[in-house]
Amino acid sequence: MKPQNSLDKSSKLGSVARWELLLVILIIGVSIVNGRLSPHFWSYAGLMDALAVFLEKGFMVLPMALVLVIGDIDISVASIVALSSVVMAMSYAAGLPMALAVLVALAVGAGCGYFNGVLISRIPGLSAIIVTLAGSSLYRGIAYILLGDQAIGGFPSWYSYLAWGYVGNTSIPFIIVVFILCAVIYWLLLHRTAFGRKVYAMGNNPVAARFSGIPVAKIKQIIFTLNGLMAGMAAVFLTSKLGSSRPNIATGYELEVIAIAVLGGVSPAGGKGSIIGVCLALILMRLLRYGMGLVNVPGQVMLVIIGVVLVCVVMLPNIFGSRRRSWKKIKES
Amino acid sequence: MRKLITVLFLVVLTLTFFSVSAFAEGYTVGVVVKNVGNPFMDAAGRGAEEACNELGNSFIFQGPPTPTVEGQIEIIENLIAQQVDAICITANDFDALVPVLQKAKRNDIKVVSFDSAVAPAGRDVHVNQANPELIGILQVQTIAEMIDYEGEIAILSAGATMTNQNTWIEYMKEELKNPKYENIELVTIVYGDDLRDKSYNEAMGLFKSYPNLKGIISPTTVGISATAKAITDAGLIGQVKLTGLGLPSEMAEWVHNGACEAFFLWNPIDLGYLASYVAGLLCDGAITGEAGEEFSAGRMGDYTIVEAEDGGTEVLLGPPFRFDISNIDEWKDIY
Repeated sequence: MKPQNSLDKSSKLGSVARWELLLVILIIGVSIVNGRLSPHFWSYAGLMDALAVFLEKGFMVLPMALVLVIGDIDISVASIVALSSVVMAMSYAAGLPMALAVLVALAVGAGCGYFNGVLISRIPGLSAIIVTLAGSSLYRGIAYILLGDQAIGGFPSWYSYLAWGYVGNTSIPFIIVVFILCAVIYWLLLHRTAFGRKVYAMGNNPVAARFSGIPVAKIKQIIFTLNGLMAGMAAVFLTSKLGSSRPNIATGYELEVIAIAVLGGVSPAGGKGSIIGVCLALILMRLLRYGMGLVNVPGQVMLVIIGVVLVCVVMLPNIFGSRRRSWKKIKES
Repeated sequence: MRKLITVLFLVVLTLTFFSVSAFAEGYTVGVVVKNVGNPFMDAAGRGAEEACNELGNSFIFQGPPTPTVEGQIEIIENLIAQQVDAICITANDFDALVPVLQKAKRNDIKVVSFDSAVAPAGRDVHVNQANPELIGILQVQTIAEMIDYEGEIAILSAGATMTNQNTWIEYMKEELKNPKYENIELVTIVYGDDLRDKSYNEAMGLFKSYPNLKGIISPTTVGISATAKAITDAGLIGQVKLTGLGLPSEMAEWVHNGACEAFFLWNPIDLGYLASYVAGLLCDGAITGEAGEEFSAGRMGDYTIVEAEDGGTEVLLGPPFRFDISNIDEWKDIY
């Protein structure tokens, strides 16, 4: 029993590393192709800006990886972004200093996530997909009730620095620095703490995890709250980028975020995934879109290509895995 | 590994397939529309391309698959990275594109908004469809002629919060105060929210609530075609007249069966042409976008830049175009 277990573990670790290698190869491949197609691709400042363009989604991908690793899903994040943004803008318009309004956005995000977490972890029989589906219309609905068809803007100038500013005189966008910081924190949390090991244990076998004394409900609660908090953070950066807030911002983000996490090797069935993989997937997705944008691939075609790439890449391990297994069977027989 | 190579090969293949040829002489103008696959926007793109060809400029046509401001920001960032000379945009949000367009302006890119404006801080000049006052007046005049200046009329609009429709309706009410319309009574305004089924039901409701209704004005492309269908289905062709703003391709059927004798719309091809022409002139330095500047825009003739109500400057395309039985067949295949 014991040796087999350790064998399983080593092969799992191996598969994670192989996945990341695959992503790196794809990133290099896409970069070479992009460079060939557009003379503007290999520009340091251009690449930095390109990466910064959708990093607010990056903030949402990190905790989403955790949600997926425990075998759950959260499709309310985009609506949480909208609600956080709207409440932040309204509290600023009501006279709150911008710095406090930013904290309000984070608190609203965390609050929504906490609410999801309570329903999912405390009420038996409620699955995450149902709760967050309801949350998705609930939070955006509230945002619409609060602000209607209006937009609120006119934030102080320092606030636009968050999404548009560069560190000192370099061409490194500020948002990239914040993202790297967050990524490191999530990497430590998932791969270097007891909490992270419990998360994997829950994803691999929730029943066994509960019986071995892991506080399953509490960990779920924490993870969903983190997911909401990071959606609040995404709201802060997205609103800074737009310079104004509206209830319809971030529409459809949840699907993109989940897609990137899955591309990064996180299994939606739970138990598998790494923060490094997710970050590589984020870069890969961005470079793919950027390259196509530089050669002006029409929007609908871009969607199709990304869909095809996503399916192909996600299918790879299944094809390899089944082939290797069938080889093994042939050899054994 | 073979699969991996196949995937990479596919990516290379698709990207090569869609790559554009080398940049031509002249300036590069990027046209960003609300969303792709929208016939009105595609027609505007054709007009913009025509002006680019005339001026010897390169033309890029882009738009997000769904009408979101986030998608437009990504496209504008890509255009900045490509170092285009001008951007013509029909905005999905009045305010939210300002930061990214200011970045474009810092990179010496001229910005022209058309059809749907961006805030003055984010643009050099706006190319507006038509004078909103004229749009309102023309529709009232047309319905009045249709019903011989006598009887009850109603308005079927889009959403209650739509800025442009509400502005036109205000001008319609102003026009109706004119003594020559004293026998016309505006009985109600209903909202179909630019949804086909809701607009259809609202129209049917009007027939029930106001049996003496003589005419309907629907200043929205969705509303007017839904109303025309409702008039046809209710067997009221000839009894209830209809005018408003509509797409020729959708309205051809209703013009032919008599449900709608005449309607209006600005010509999106001309709108795109003018916006792209203005962009070319801005790049040249022939104009700067200040109010009072005069210029000649190719086949469209002479224009003057004027102050806009939002505090910026704009160019007005001209009066809306009238479509009726005499010209509908020419236009129905165009947009």
